[in-house]
Amino acid sequence: MPEATPNVDGGDGIDGSDDDNGDDDGVRIDLISGARMEGLTSMEKIRLILDGVRDGNIVILEEGLAPDEESKLIEVTMTEISPDEFTGIEIETYPKSDAGDQTLLDRLMGRESAQKLTVIGPANQLQTLHKDETLISALVSRK
Amino acid sequence: MGLLTNLKDSISKVSDRLFADEEPKRIGIYGPPNAGKTTLANRIARDWTGDAVGPESHVPHETRRARRKEGVEIERNGRTVTIDIVDTPGVTTKVDYKEFLDHDMEKDDAVRRSREATEGVAEAMHWLREDVDGVIYVLDSTTDPFTQVNTMLIGIIESQDLPVLILANKTDLPESNIQRVANAFPQHETIPLSALEGDNMDEVYDKIAEYFG
Ligand SMILES: Nc1nc2c(ncn2[C@@H]2O[C@H](COP(=O)(O)OP(=O)(O)OP(=O)(O)O)[C@@H](O)[C@H]2O)c(=O)[nH]1
Ligand SMILES: [Mg+2]
Repeated sequence: MPEATPNVDGGDGIDGSDDDNGDDDGVRIDLISGARMEGLTSMEKIRLILDGVRDGNIVILEEGLAPDEESKLIEVTMTEISPDEFTGIEIETYPKSDAGDQTLLDRLMGRESAQKLTVIGPANQLQTLHKDETLISALVSRK
Repeated sequence: MGLLTNLKDSISKVSDRLFADEEPKRIGIYGPPNAGKTTLANRIARDWTGDAVGPESHVPHETRRARRKEGVEIERNGRTVTIDIVDTPGVTTKVDYKEFLDHDMEKDDAVRRSREATEGVAEAMHWLREDVDGVIYVLDSTTDPFTQVNTMLIGIIESQDLPVLILANKTDLPESNIQRVANAFPQHETIPLSALEGDNMDEVYDKIAEYFG
């Protein structure tokens, strides 16, 4: 079951090739399943995302992040921004259509009913065109 | 003032403290850049302590370090509510120094401003997880509230069960749309105000006392 994790430690990409995708004209998209994320710690998830995004990839999470992880993602992103090199991330999820659907018990148990598809990319390459409860439309550009 | 009254006085102060459960609550003023957080913090501080918290500016990321004003005593209906207010840097997921160049800034200054901004936002996020007892979330009611930052921040605040008051600021501007803010966060109470003009501050203080007292 364990296999190469995309870009963790800047290591092997999924296709085993050089992880910097500047070598051709494509933009790489990593779609990461909920199952894949499940076994990771918060920091591992954040590294997985940021390593991918910093390589110019678009990362799509099937089940998104918990609020606490989103908070840490913002914090770590901020510490990594540097002039002319990394300007941060663009992140989009569907707006919660009904915040009342999570019971107090769910929250106490750390159960996230708010699992939602999340798209994350480099701020200078991913631009959200439109977003509503059911649709996220984004423009991805090469550097 | 005899010794006895003095003693009685200090005993009652001590017991006040004991029973007025612990320290003043620490209330973080959060929201996106330029929403008017510092303008609000300054107004609250001036109204109740006489001095200000920090500089306000139309250039985003004016506040780059969280600034605290401690022991702000707000009087409501004969009751005093003491809070520490923390004015935080506007939260964002990206900072590009080049945007500051449009505001007539030299590259060096713009780079420094962006570095300070990123440090400040990181700090503010950290505080939000560890160090605040309640949140005043300030939005510019002339802009779209359905942004990713707002959605995430409100989600983070809710996940920690912090009391939160949403303020729809800049109601003095013709483009202000209070209903749009209320619709974006129907699970919370939205209070309209103009921090700049001081409009509707009475209701803001009522709610602060109610939520954080
Ligand atoms: N018209 C109007 N302008 C306001 C109001 N409140 C704040 N402003 C203006 O909005 C701009 C930003 O205000 P600040 O208080 O510096 O905003 P902030 O949220 O602290 O911004 P950052 O610290 O950069 O995140 C300034 O030009 C203020 O004068 C208001 O109620 N009405
Ligand atoms: Mg400010």
